[in-house]
Amino acid sequence: MAAVRTLVVRCSDWPIVAAGHDRSEAVAVVHANRVLATSPAARAAGVARRQRRREAQSHCPALVVLDHDPARDARAFEPIVAALDAITPRVEITVPGQVAFPTRGPSRFFGGDDALVERILGLVPVPCRVGVADGPFAAALAARTGEPCRVVAPGATPAFLAELPLAALEQPDLVDVLTRLGIRTLGALAALPAPDVLARFGIAGQRAWRLAGGLDEHPPATAPPPPDLTVSAELDPPADTVAPAAFVARGLAEELHRRLWARGSACTRVVIGAETDHGERLERVWRAEGALTAAAMADRLRWQLDGWIGGPARHRPTAGISRLWLAPDEVVPAGGRQLGFWGTDVATGDRAARAVARVRGLLGDGAVAIPEWRGSRDPATAIALVDVEAVDLTADRAGAHRDRVAGPWPGRLPTPSPARVHVPPVPAEVVDEQGRRVQVSGRGALSAAPHRLSVDGGTWREVAAWAGPWLLDERWWDAARHRRRARLQLLAADGQGRVVTIEAGAWAVEATYD
Amino acid sequence: MPTTLHAALDGIEQVFDAGTMGAAEALEELKERVRPVALAQQQRLPVLPGLADLLPGAGLRRGSTVSISAVPQMGGATTLALALLAEASRAGSWVAAVGLPSLGLVAADELGVALERLVLVAAPERDGWGSVVAALIDGFDLVVLHAGRGGVRPTDARRLVARGRERGSVLVQLGAGWAGEADLALQVTAARWEGLGEGHGHLRARRVTVTSGGRGEAARPRQVDLWLPSSEGTVAPVYEPLAARPAAEPVRPLRAVS
Repeated sequence: MAAVRTLVVRCSDWPIVAAGHDRSEAVAVVHANRVLATSPAARAAGVARRQRRREAQSHCPALVVLDHDPARDARAFEPIVAALDAITPRVEITVPGQVAFPTRGPSRFFGGDDALVERILGLVPVPCRVGVADGPFAAALAARTGEPCRVVAPGATPAFLAELPLAALEQPDLVDVLTRLGIRTLGALAALPAPDVLARFGIAGQRAWRLAGGLDEHPPATAPPPPDLTVSAELDPPADTVAPAAFVARGLAEELHRRLWARGSACTRVVIGAETDHGERLERVWRAEGALTAAAMADRLRWQLDGWIGGPARHRPTAGISRLWLAPDEVVPAGGRQLGFWGTDVATGDRAARAVARVRGLLGDGAVAIPEWRGSRDPATAIALVDVEAVDLTADRAGAHRDRVAGPWPGRLPTPSPARVHVPPVPAEVVDEQGRRVQVSGRGALSAAPHRLSVDGGTWREVAAWAGPWLLDERWWDAARHRRRARLQLLAADGQGRVVTIEAGAWAVEATYD
Repeated sequence: MPTTLHAALDGIEQVFDAGTMGAAEALEELKERVRPVALAQQQRLPVLPGLADLLPGAGLRRGSTVSISAVPQMGGATTLALALLAEASRAGSWVAAVGLPSLGLVAADELGVALERLVLVAAPERDGWGSVVAALIDGFDLVVLHAGRGGVRPTDARRLVARGRERGSVLVQLGAGWAGEADLALQVTAARWEGLGEGHGHLRARRVTVTSGGRGEAARPRQVDLWLPSSEGTVAPVYEPLAARPAAEPVRPLRAVS
């Protein structure tokens, strides 16, 4: 079954427009220290998504940096959705800044897709792009590539999708695997036999395959959601500010989620409705990629209330809200996640991230660090310490895995590695039997066997065993950073193993085998 | 745990046999029944197989304190601490290391510590230990700390031990600077490196003797011999040769036959 013909309106750089900035200014919206959205002027200056804040500011010193605020985006978006209400009652908000609706009725009424698109471009007061295609996924991509609009002819959606790169799926893990298998476009993915894709990549793969072929994301549901799933609540006294309504909203979202969960279902599209004291009925459809959790539904309900109550005066309801309801509009079987049977805590990453934030508050920036593989000859720099501010602890980090290090790094210390690494190295003295400092010649020969060792001016210890010297001649191509060192492993008579290096005639302890 | 499992399975059968209960209530009730019944302090964090013989119950009891030391000048305490954390860290627990700026992270990786769940925290001022470690106990299953010269105030130490017991986190103390006795004390009493000669070879493996003691269930002293680290950088038990090998046959030199 082909997907429902859908129209997507995408407001360009919405988080920036919503914050009241002009797109000609250099503005970036930042979340968790990463750039989330940029204005055209900022892009021209070299600011790109996913950059760190500092990097973005270094590209464009005049950059205005805004914090990410989904509630603000949703509130500012409400008037635009209200304007589109003149065309069709069933406008779905995908994310603040992007809406979708089926075109069948409106297109017939206005005389075809092109006439409908013309009309929408005239209605929306901010710069936007419009795309029409079979299915919301293809329509969103058409909107993204449209300048300012792109209408994919009925039935031509698979051909339109076939040319696009796989990254359009926005599933980095799956895309990574497929790319390594030589599948680079959506067309190549759609050409694979469906059973094989399902067998190899599971539900996620099947979903990607359906999208790539221009089909609906989920196979069509056979039964509509039964009406008893709608949850509603009376507000007495009626709420004319967001806070009391939002409080009720949270309970509603949890109640709906509980009902859905009891049926083994999840909801991907939800209708949010409100009724005022004067009998006005407000209704809005929100859609999400994947199942909506209770928290996600509560968020959307709160944003929508923000939009209604906090919006411009002419869209605002004339009285307080006296009734709220939530109705699941599209119900899918819950994929769910299997939790540990004996109460294992799945949210350990979140807990750790909260504790880390608290400790950073107590100790200041730079006090908390996490390890990241770099690769080096030195035990001290093979793993760098990165300030935790720049990192999302709950996500999987590639830098924490050893396989990220490319190259064999000849000259590094043999396994086992020392358990303590001194940064900076601790000054030491190594002498031979006559009490003269041991030297290493330019050709890498020791002047004499090391006999005694003193660390940081401490007591002299006999050397029981030793090996080396291993020469390190690094960055000889760069006069400023050229280093020549020689390394020894020393085992003192007390049984403690150390790595000592000599650089410019001075010995130092680099690491201890503690 | 098997009795709990049987009870839960019986519960599932009863629920579906009865057939009268609404699905939602049935699921709710099931959820209640299969909820973990073990108290936090009865649960244990896993340790590497080589270390299991040292610990009562073959694991680190949640909410307990561990002190790790070595006989002076012997060394081995840091490696032992990393080895103790490794298995729990790999199984999903987060580890915070406080006041250990010189920790050898490559060695930690070789011992099996999951670096993606390791966080290093700078040593706070003497007054700050209480609040910093308390915050870490809330979020981390394992907190390793090295109080250094300043030490932790005894009042702070008592409060932290109580908090760790309540939250089910394990506090591992390295070195001195911590007042009070730990639930479990591990000490490296002998260590000998192998592989390094007079100008040749390299440090290949260290044979250590570790003793454990402590309070309560850990009171019985235990002792094991280990390769810590072994030649792969991990922990391996020491296998004694079964019997002395027979002397090799004398080698006959080649001689000309024609």
